[in-house]
Amino acid sequence: MEIRSMRFKANASAKLADAGLQRNLRKAKGKFVDTRAVAIKEIDDFEGTRRAARDLRDRVLKDLDLWLERFETQATARGATVLWARDGAEICRHVVDIARRHGVKKATKSKSMLSEEAGLNQALAAAGVEPVETDLGEYILQINDNEPPSHIIAPVMHKNVEQVADLFAKTHHKPRKTDIPQLTREAREVLRSHFLTADMGISGGNFLVAETGSVALVTNEGNGRMVTTLPKVHVVITGIEKVIPTLEDLSLLMRLLPRSATGQSISNYFSVLTGVKQPDESDGPEHLYFVLVDNGRADVVGSEYHEMLRCIRCGACMNHCPVYQSIGGHAYGWVYPGPMGSILTPLYAGIENAVDLPNAATLCGQCSAVCPVLIPLPELMRKLREEQVERKLRPLAERLALKAWAWVANRPALYALGTWFAVRYLKWLAGGGDRIRVLAAAPEWTAGRDFPAPQGKTFRELYRQRQP
Amino acid sequence: MRVALFVTCLVDLMRPRIGFAAIELLEAAGCEVVVPEKQTCCGQPAYNSGDRASAAMLAKKTIAEFEPFDYLVAPSGSCADQIRTEYPGLLADDPEWHGRAVALASRVHELTDFLVSVAKIEKIPGAFEGSVTYHDSCAGLRSLGIKDQPRALLARMPGVELKEMTGADECCGFGGTFAVKFGDISTAIAAKKCDNVVATGADAVVAGDLGCLLNIEGKLRRMGDEKTKVLHIAEILAGDA
Repeated sequence: MEIRSMRFKANASAKLADAGLQRNLRKAKGKFVDTRAVAIKEIDDFEGTRRAARDLRDRVLKDLDLWLERFETQATARGATVLWARDGAEICRHVVDIARRHGVKKATKSKSMLSEEAGLNQALAAAGVEPVETDLGEYILQINDNEPPSHIIAPVMHKNVEQVADLFAKTHHKPRKTDIPQLTREAREVLRSHFLTADMGISGGNFLVAETGSVALVTNEGNGRMVTTLPKVHVVITGIEKVIPTLEDLSLLMRLLPRSATGQSISNYFSVLTGVKQPDESDGPEHLYFVLVDNGRADVVGSEYHEMLRCIRCGACMNHCPVYQSIGGHAYGWVYPGPMGSILTPLYAGIENAVDLPNAATLCGQCSAVCPVLIPLPELMRKLREEQVERKLRPLAERLALKAWAWVANRPALYALGTWFAVRYLKWLAGGGDRIRVLAAAPEWTAGRDFPAPQGKTFRELYRQRQP
Repeated sequence: MRVALFVTCLVDLMRPRIGFAAIELLEAAGCEVVVPEKQTCCGQPAYNSGDRASAAMLAKKTIAEFEPFDYLVAPSGSCADQIRTEYPGLLADDPEWHGRAVALASRVHELTDFLVSVAKIEKIPGAFEGSVTYHDSCAGLRSLGIKDQPRALLARMPGVELKEMTGADECCGFGGTFAVKFGDISTAIAAKKCDNVVATGADAVVAGDLGCLLNIEGKLRRMGDEKTKVLHIAEILAGDA
């Protein structure tokens, strides 16, 4: 997917000015926040469970190569083929090769963020394979001229029912309807023929289980089962960090994932798929491929950002983020929005290609407070800011201003003089009133807010005057 | 006990009366209050902007000035958190300074936390008649666990009625330099906070961090709200409001 993160600031401003989007965001805000808050209370020891999940993820990531080899051995023993992709282009090459080998004309897809990283749909179409998104949200985006998702688990978070109704009427050539059950029925009717005629199914993978060579899929619409069992070929595309050792570990993470994501105790569908169809089995693919993707992940292993690889893609960080709630997901400009995206985008797509993202946060800490695997997201954003300064990716004026300010703050007499002038200047700007309407030194502040006037003298002046 | 007041750069510049209110409260709790005169800023703006060298320089300066005292108390959860939680990591590469940072850290407190947990203040000097709503500032709340302390103190003021707002624990959008780097996002977040404040109908919105208060006051006034008072917790507790 093309990276548009360098236009974050302008994109965010446009999203703030989009009244329709703002209405949709206001309506969506709090939904997953409230359901999560209820769902985590079902777990006796939520904090202990989070710590156990963090420790498990750290343990795997420490020996990631070994767990991946074990997964490969087990999956291969059950008839699957494990392929490795260094980047998005290699994902596309592998999947197109598989499609050619099996004479695939149409591929149904369950949700896969890796396929977004790779821009897989475009590559398939170019190779003469028709990709059909079957997750309802992803389907809506696909028929809207391949619009990118704005949320990792609720990809059409930014749309309302009226917009979907318009799209369906235009695409399906049927009478426009706004009743949601009727809309989903219409989607089901359209998608059913695709499920039955597809030669290949493509899915993501929430977890890979090393001891059994299985992939675990967490879905709510049932499309995942159709995609992974009906066609004769199933391709799983997922990141190398998704591997976990055992089914027992899977049960630990599954206590946290749906609850943190949508506030469900368990998702409507939870599938653990193992191996190709056996002679005594009634369904399942004859050919099963795993495309395990690096695309920047291996470089993060053992780096100062390694905690980010714990991420289980629940979306709780963005659901609780005041910035995400205000601008939605598209402004972030790549596959992953919100706090996790503000770290993953620079790590995977290049720190120089997403300079605003780690800075576009108040560091309020709500994201790490809700993270089911205790990723210190604000701390990682701050580290990225440090790396930006070290690599001179921040504007020169900003770097110099910080240095100059710190230099003065380190010299108390000079600092006292500076603040003596500053406070009088601000007071003068307020013109005897209690506020400054336009502050040239901070135009971004006063564009939408007043700047309260200072009291008039600095504390240190007044304190000195009080001393006998 | 000898308590050194960390005034904070914002209070020094914008609202000295918060510093004097803090002194009054600490003295009412039986503390001897010292104001180290060379103090400036804890360095958080540099730290959060990625300028680690500048942040470390100001951290050392602050540690040297405050380590002689029994406690460092700040009328700000954000600054207290920077000194208490972040300094040791910031100076981790320098064994001597790391040790000094750690030695200071456990003696650093946000004002209301100190009054309730350490000094155990008995009589609240201030009086306020009216309803207030309390905004939880992010660093104080999520890093230092400041939530019950200010409310406990307010509950001991007979004239004060606490009206909790929706999302009291949500960020106001200030975020230090974020407020001037991403002004329109910051303003949009502030607007939601102000809507929640106004919806309570409280006479005053109260918080423990001046950064949040400047942001909230600035947005309230721009929205046309002239009547909601915007007060630091120290001002209301000391009765200077």
